[in-house]
Amino acid sequence: MEGFKLTKTQELQRELFHTFAENEIRPIARDMDEAEEYSMELVKKMQKCHFFGIPYSKEYGGAGADVLTYTLAMEELSKVDASTGITLSVHTSLCCSCINEFGTEEQKQTYLRPLIDGSKIGCFALTEPNAGTDASGVQKEAKKEGDHYILNGTSIFTTNSGFADTFIVFALTDKSKGPKGMSAFIVDRTMPGVSVGTNIPRMGIRAASNCEVAYEDVVVPADRLLGQEGKGYKIAMQALAGGRIGIGAQSVGIAQGAINEAMKYVKERKQFGKPISKFQNTQFKLAEMQTKVDAARLMVWRAAQAKDAHENYAPLAAMCKLFASDVVNEVTRGCVQLFGGYGYSREYPVERMMRDAKITEIYEGTSEAMKMVISGSMKI
Amino acid sequence: MKIIVCIKQVPDTVDVKIDPKTGNLIREGLPVIINPDDKAGIEAALAIKEQTGATIQVVSMGPPQADVALREALAMGCDEAVLISAREFGGSDTYATSGIIAAAIRKLGMPEILITGRQAIDGDTAQVGPQIGEKLHIPQVSYVEEIQEVTADHLIVKRQFEDGYHIIKIKTPCLLTAIGELAKPRYMTVSGIVEAYNKEIKVLGFEELKDDLELDMIGTKGSPTNVYQSFPKQLKAPGTVLKDMSDDELVAAIMAKLEEKHVI
Ligand SMILES: Cc1cc2nc3c(=O)[nH]c(=O)nc-3n(C[C@H](O)[C@H](O)[C@H](O)COP(=O)(O)OP(=O)(O)OC[C@H]3O[C@@H](n4cnc5c(N)ncnc54)[C@H](O)[C@@H]3O)c2cc1C
Repeated sequence: MEGFKLTKTQELQRELFHTFAENEIRPIARDMDEAEEYSMELVKKMQKCHFFGIPYSKEYGGAGADVLTYTLAMEELSKVDASTGITLSVHTSLCCSCINEFGTEEQKQTYLRPLIDGSKIGCFALTEPNAGTDASGVQKEAKKEGDHYILNGTSIFTTNSGFADTFIVFALTDKSKGPKGMSAFIVDRTMPGVSVGTNIPRMGIRAASNCEVAYEDVVVPADRLLGQEGKGYKIAMQALAGGRIGIGAQSVGIAQGAINEAMKYVKERKQFGKPISKFQNTQFKLAEMQTKVDAARLMVWRAAQAKDAHENYAPLAAMCKLFASDVVNEVTRGCVQLFGGYGYSREYPVERMMRDAKITEIYEGTSEAMKMVISGSMKI
Repeated sequence: MKIIVCIKQVPDTVDVKIDPKTGNLIREGLPVIINPDDKAGIEAALAIKEQTGATIQVVSMGPPQADVALREALAMGCDEAVLISAREFGGSDTYATSGIIAAAIRKLGMPEILITGRQAIDGDTAQVGPQIGEKLHIPQVSYVEEIQEVTADHLIVKRQFEDGYHIIKIKTPCLLTAIGELAKPRYMTVSGIVEAYNKEIKVLGFEELKDDLELDMIGTKGSPTNVYQSFPKQLKAPGTVLKDMSDDELVAAIMAKLEEKHVI
């Protein structure tokens, strides 16, 4: 990106994401939401186009694009289906980033390569029933025994877990040290003792997979420890900081998708003898909403650009997520309002978008947690 | 084996607008795409590449903005891209265009297989492909809907025909014009786009091709065509649906109609 404009490469990438979303996702988005199940066929199609390793190096089988390009994917896919957005986000910026940034060369070759070339899907198991915003409260435990660890505990709301192959699991290797005793492990779903529960019924992003996972005496070889013992909390926080840029982009996508739907509808719907687009309220509402979405998009791009430049992006990422997630909730509500009763019906996608929007204020850190990060960086 | 695919960048629109004065298409403000038949040609070439390890050169004649069409072809998996572009080439009709493209292909080296689209959606002439074949003195099959066999010295292809198809064995080097049915184009890939923009696009201008071209054979001067009238396609009258008849009655009604129209 240069001077608020995308490069030609980024423009063409955006066109790819847009065309793919329109042709492959739009026709099934509603059905996936109703069925509360993600399409594995769609996953395969995304793999073919190299969507699962966008910002990662070709050296490990990635696509070799930048973080900004990844945000374009998040926006374009989320415009038609936010569930696809989160599926991609958790895989890319939560799971893969942990190995990419903290893995050894051997771990990258063995575990990162199949994830970013798309043959395996990843998830991120931090949150527990009693440890949400306060991630330092994690209770999962990994006890070292010889050349392996014995892992026990539970993770909840683990996105992608229904079909993921690779889990980044955070567990205490030293209970006495609290968060400083937390470590991160690369765990396979096929390891004996890993059991994935059923999809948790939800308000929105219903097509995504989101389950509770139990770990019972799972034998994890020591060479699957990421970084060193005690580095787990730092790894988790860093992954989440990056992930927030993707959630910001997802928010922008849902919001823009809703505005696009509303733009079509208001030109068709007639009341008082004219299209409702002729009412000044409709025009001003859309103008306000588009302005906010554009502002949010620029904040997302700024955070992505900072990450690409290896600058301190964490506060910028928190700001873009805080702002964009607020905007998308206002915008989707506003769009349902412009649709009137038809917006409330399931015939049109804006009701789904409004349900999907809410989660952006909760996961990868709630809006309150974002304010903690931002105010912390301001040294108030 | 080398394959060359010729592609054209065209406006993406179903409701084209025509300048009432010149009779030409108004191109400003329209999004551009790779002509759909040409894109099917790219896909067919990629399938042959997967089978045989052939290399694919993609060639486009057009203004510098056609760059993005070539990048898209590279991002789909083509190996090299060539832009034929020069001020002298502006205003060329199909006759002049095919002469310039043929010269470019001679310059690039004759491939075993040369593929063009059947026709471009912004002109619908279906002339450039066959003319290139003629000017290169190679055999050609137009309206190709399937490539059944590929060897170094011949191909077997299926040509769509109004009331059927032809299966044709053709010696290489040869030219095929592709129709949309030939292949459903794949998507670009994210990594393909990254690579596409790391590649150099070769530009063939008038300087590079001038030994093989006469100035009065190209551009407006070298174009014998005068556009008499352009018009958007009109919808044909709807067909008649025969309902509520027995099978025998239906057959009789259809036969009567065919006789009335002197079809039989
Ligand atoms: C659909 C979905 C997908 C998810 N995916 C994943 C995943 O893949 N991996 C994963 O590890 N987790 C995942 N999560 C978990 C998610 O990150 C947590 O739900 C989130 O961090 C909030 O934690 P909590 O739900 O325990 O809420 P709590 O922490 O209990 O928060 C409840 C409320 O209290 C507020 N609050 C808490 N502490 C403070 C404070 N100090 N000051 C002010 N307010 C405070 C919160 O902001 C919130 O409003 C997912 C959650 C959902 C719903």
